[in-house]
Amino acid sequence: MPTRTAAKPATMAQALQRAMRDAMAEDPTVHVMGEDVGTLGGVFRVTDGLAKEFGEDRCTDTPLAEAGILGTAVGMAMYGLRPVVEMQFDAFAYPAFEQLISHVSRMRNRTRGAMPMPLVIRVPYGGGIGGVEHHSDSSEAYYMATPGLHVVAPATVEDAYGLLRAAIASDDPVVFLEPKRLYWSKSDWSPEAPAAVEPIGKAVVRRSGRSATLITYGPSVPVCMEAAEAAQAEGWDLEVVDLRSLVPFDDETVCASVRRTGRAVVVHESTGFGGPGGEIAARVTERCFHHLEAPVLRVAGFDIPYPPPMLERHHLPGVDRVLDAVARLQWEAGS
Amino acid sequence: MDSLQQRSSTVQEPPGAATAYRPTPPPAWKPRTDPAPLLPDAEPFRVLGTDAVAAADPGLLRRLYAELVRGRRYNAQATALTKQGRLAVYPSTTGQEACEVAAALALEDRDWLFPSYRDTLAAVARGLDPVQALTLLRGDWHTGYDPREHRIAPLCTPLATQLPHAVGLAHAARLKGDDVVALAMVGDGGTSEGDFHEALNFAAVWQAPVVFLVQNNGFAISVPLAKQTAAPSLAHKAVGYGMPGRLVDGNDAVAVHQVLTEAVARARRGGGPTLVEAVTYRIDAHTNADDATRYRGDSEVETWRAHDPILILERELTERGMLDEDTKREAAEAAETMAAALRERMNADPALDPMDLFAHVYAEQTTQLREQAAQLRAELDAESEA
Ligand SMILES: Cc1ncc(C[n+]2csc(CCOP(=O)(O)OP(=O)(O)O)c2C)c(N)n1
Repeated sequence: MPTRTAAKPATMAQALQRAMRDAMAEDPTVHVMGEDVGTLGGVFRVTDGLAKEFGEDRCTDTPLAEAGILGTAVGMAMYGLRPVVEMQFDAFAYPAFEQLISHVSRMRNRTRGAMPMPLVIRVPYGGGIGGVEHHSDSSEAYYMATPGLHVVAPATVEDAYGLLRAAIASDDPVVFLEPKRLYWSKSDWSPEAPAAVEPIGKAVVRRSGRSATLITYGPSVPVCMEAAEAAQAEGWDLEVVDLRSLVPFDDETVCASVRRTGRAVVVHESTGFGGPGGEIAARVTERCFHHLEAPVLRVAGFDIPYPPPMLERHHLPGVDRVLDAVARLQWEAGS
Repeated sequence: MDSLQQRSSTVQEPPGAATAYRPTPPPAWKPRTDPAPLLPDAEPFRVLGTDAVAAADPGLLRRLYAELVRGRRYNAQATALTKQGRLAVYPSTTGQEACEVAAALALEDRDWLFPSYRDTLAAVARGLDPVQALTLLRGDWHTGYDPREHRIAPLCTPLATQLPHAVGLAHAARLKGDDVVALAMVGDGGTSEGDFHEALNFAAVWQAPVVFLVQNNGFAISVPLAKQTAAPSLAHKAVGYGMPGRLVDGNDAVAVHQVLTEAVARARRGGGPTLVEAVTYRIDAHTNADDATRYRGDSEVETWRAHDPILILERELTERGMLDEDTKREAAEAAETMAAALRERMNADPALDPMDLFAHVYAEQTTQLREQAAQLRAELDAESEA
């Protein structure tokens, strides 16, 4: 393990950078590539210093072409490298979808396991940073609908490190969704402390409670934590489950929680219609029907293209909307 | 409008305004590369019909001939298998065998081939078991072989998407210090795809050891080249990326082999990528399921039949005394033997395990997939008991 130097609290961006740096130091086959990831260190500075430390062959500024970036990464993985690809923003990953869906996700399958795709696609995603059009999409539903991909979204600084390490070590492709409005969130975790590598596919109970479960992930985790604190005044003791990974989905942790509380609300930024919440609500209902005191509710972004920044606060599910849903959990037949 | 005119008429002339305005000259600019050496020749490169044939290695000529004959027979046999319902579909390369065979023979063992769905023959000429090469088209699994073992990427159905893979692999090999070259094959229609553009651009910027072979067989299903591109030739496209473009007669096996071998050697010694356009013709329909009479006339096909790759090689070598009856008979017999073995092996139903559906989605099965596998297992058990 390389020695850790910084002693002050780290941001999520720093933890992600540290994860790549540690992985690159340990494994010479790990290569970082994307637009502006080299000299600039990425537009969010997440790859800061990697080109300087490991050289341009290991941290490469590519031509500006997302399909080309991911497509060449596929070839590199075929030759035994472990590419870590940065897509500059959520909505700019779309040109690479053909490569993602037709090749990355199914290379293992179409070759009967002979050719795994150990690559990571890092996508700064989600809203709340006042970004103009095409800079705030929550595209997780597209990724979730594609068999063969893992879909991961950390919400804490610790998880950002631990899950990215696991993603890079994974022999399967991982779409790694980085909630960009949490890039600058801090935690007491310092790069000096030993950081655990988290297995992909395990949800975690962030706050335990008895009256209802908030099921959430990524940028909505802090919102749910705040809502849970606020709900206490109303006599609601809320449990918050942070999924961390959407694929694989941790039915066990989620259902254990809902069976305890009997009520659940799924909270996320992406659209409700056709969004992840529908899948999650259905899974929970199928497995916990007899434990439920109320329908599983969803608090999601509206079913609209991501709004302009001056209106985004109306779109993003905030504490009040979560609390409204919690209030609606006092379900009575016919109400 | 009025006020504007008024204002301009009242503006005082600056001193010295009588002298003409001279814009500041822009900073000096010149193209990064002289495009001339990158441009393809006006005519496709040919060896057959020139004195260069006499200088060619007789062993190579005979090998090319035998591979062409075998390839033609393979195409015919595979097409016959579609009629017997043994193959779901077969995109034939009858008429294009020279490109397929030359592609395979231009590579060293350690090199990689990135074929499109049409290029089964290139894979077979490279040494892949013909049955394994047909797995995708039979429908028992998508890729019937281990790509790493044969250094043949999976036959690729989405057009041009395998081209960036070839670039990435070649780039990775060079980073590792291996002198491996990747040869990527694509059709004329595929050159309109974005992935074609991105692959060429990456290859040139990275100076990756890649050769792109475009088989211009005249049509993308029914759409002729004239509706595909306005470029003077597909080889011309190379210039914009900063790599050389070569135009070759795709039915002249010796010429295709020579051009590809040069491009591969150039890539191997660090010279960067090359785009080769082989001008050829698809004699058969797009696939056995296509009706080519809807979009082309018989006379066009007949013109190309007269320029058939086997015919022109055989005639020239025979005339020059470089191909005797024994060699021809041997080639024909070898082709028949291959076809008979293929027929027989393809007549047996492949043994398939439905549980394989869940085996290769992830390195480790998710709980969701384990549940679904259990469901299928139960269904299969119920079926076998019934
Ligand atoms: C991305 C994509 N779009 C459409 C198709 C359907 N399709 C299969 S083959 C073909 C024509 C390809 O023509 P060309 O590239 O000239 O190759 P050829 O078949 O002549 O070898 C089309 C449109 C496809 N396979 N992939």
